[in-house]
Amino acid sequence: MISSVELCAEPVTDATKARFVLVLFGALLLAGCATKKLPGNANDLGLNNATPGSQQDFTINVGDRVFFETDSTSLTASSRTTLDKQAQWLLRYPNNPVTIEGHADERGTREYNLALGARRAAATRDYLAVRGVGRERIRTISFGKERPVAVCNDISCWSQNRRAVTLLASPSG
Amino acid sequence: MPIIRKIMMCIAFSLILAVTSMINFAMAVVEIDITKGNIEPLPIAIADFLGSGKQRGIADDIGRVISSNLKNSGIFKPIDKDAFIQKIKDSNIVPRFEDWRVINAQALVTGRIVRENDGRLKVEYRLWDVFGADEMASQQFFTTPRNWRRIAHIISDAIYKRLTGEKGYFDSRIVYVDETGPKNKRVKRLAIMDQDGANRKILTRGSDLVLTPRFSPSRQEITYMSFEGGQPRVYLLQIETGQREIVGNFPGMTFSPRFSPDGQKVIMSLQIDGNANIYTMDLRSRKTTRLTNTAAIDTGPSYSPDGNRIVFESDRGGRQQLYVMSANGTNTQRISFGNGRYSTPVWSPRGDLVAFTKQSGGKFLIGVMRPDGSKERILTEGFHNEGPTWAPNGRVLMFFRETRGEDGGPRLFSIDLTGYHERLVPTESYASDPAWSPLLD
Repeated sequence: MISSVELCAEPVTDATKARFVLVLFGALLLAGCATKKLPGNANDLGLNNATPGSQQDFTINVGDRVFFETDSTSLTASSRTTLDKQAQWLLRYPNNPVTIEGHADERGTREYNLALGARRAAATRDYLAVRGVGRERIRTISFGKERPVAVCNDISCWSQNRRAVTLLASPSG
Repeated sequence: MPIIRKIMMCIAFSLILAVTSMINFAMAVVEIDITKGNIEPLPIAIADFLGSGKQRGIADDIGRVISSNLKNSGIFKPIDKDAFIQKIKDSNIVPRFEDWRVINAQALVTGRIVRENDGRLKVEYRLWDVFGADEMASQQFFTTPRNWRRIAHIISDAIYKRLTGEKGYFDSRIVYVDETGPKNKRVKRLAIMDQDGANRKILTRGSDLVLTPRFSPSRQEITYMSFEGGQPRVYLLQIETGQREIVGNFPGMTFSPRFSPDGQKVIMSLQIDGNANIYTMDLRSRKTTRLTNTAAIDTGPSYSPDGNRIVFESDRGGRQQLYVMSANGTNTQRISFGNGRYSTPVWSPRGDLVAFTKQSGGKFLIGVMRPDGSKERILTEGFHNEGPTWAPNGRVLMFFRETRGEDGGPRLFSIDLTGYHERLVPTESYASDPAWSPLLD
């Protein structure tokens, strides 16, 4: 589980970068972060009523994405931790087909970024496969730099966009 | 009536602009050498085209489009009409050259429009060498009134060719990606317009992400990439009918398509796992051929105009660099060795240069180099410039420039091969991935 303590204590982890997730938790958690007086996690806040086995459950309680360094497809230690949890969850709910979307930041050229996103998705899939999730269950798709989640003009935004996102559905097209 | 007289190239290439008054010599006396860089634009007078009744408006429009084309090329400087001394009343009579010399017009364009009995328009023009006191070119065209704009472009090309010795590029179109909506929810649609931004037409609905459209050299056809159905693949689109088809049946994402110079093949990348390799598909036989086989990202392929070689980008050496190989995939040689990353290469239609995007020092630059990698020159640089495309005469490049931040987005720009005359190409909304058509027939 992503706890808010981790979010504040380790500003450069994948969990921190996944700021958009905070929207799901509400402004309360953000305020808690600022004052460092924190409830333990989303469950304690009563905000996590996601149906077990759902995409929401996966996103909130496991973490649906991992992040990459510039022009890199290597999985960081933090990414591997997230993917270990993803694998456990996916093995617990074996009926969900999985799509991994690979993305790049805007600081590259279009065609290369399509390939780079594909590499990131493939690296993520390969790791999950090693952790026991059947490869045949996983589809990958790259969106290159076409689908940023963060749109500001600095490194913090670009780093949120260099990501691989695990979805329990068909790709969004 | 002579069509365009043969261009005489015998003088003037050591001079930036050769203007003499050798009236009795059968050689061009007003010529521009456009290979030299920042030339002084040639003052040219474009007299009002003559036309009466309903033709009056079209006559004005044609004059305006010719003037705008010539001005935008950066090579010509149309003279303000208020300065004209002679008012041309009959385009078949030799103008009073002394009146045009006084205002320093090096060349003069006159013309008229007449409506034929069958409803078509006859459009005539004459190009005069003012200081040589001679007619340099004249031509007439018959067309439907709706087609006036193309006639204006064709006349512009004829003037450009007569005065520079190079083919023009005004009678051509641009296919590009129209972008609307916020940055994190961009809607991208294929769009097509004349090279000057007129006659814009949207070709796709925007429900599917579309990227990197490229013109066929021989048909009214585009190849592009679409994410339709959640399957990113290369497509063909017939511009006139809207008919589409998927190119090939590949077991993965296909992207970065371009036509071969004969229009018979599409060359593209196929992504399998972490690697992208380059393939061609013959559009007649549907046969696919693999050209590269590396554990790397090989993409951005572009043929030389003779079809014998292919330039592409690859990160096989660690990061994006440009490589040239034979059309069968052999004899691969790296050509880019400067500081930075090189990508999106595109071979000039003249064959002499390769244009590219370069990332260096946190900036994105547009440059050119010879196909052997020598003589690299940067034409423009900034926060983000990407994806050059060549005008059909190989003298002008178009590319997109993206501005920073949340409200930022791409716009199209053109620039001379010499690095001068950079200008915004007007589009209604944000625009990216331009591709220049060949000259229309």
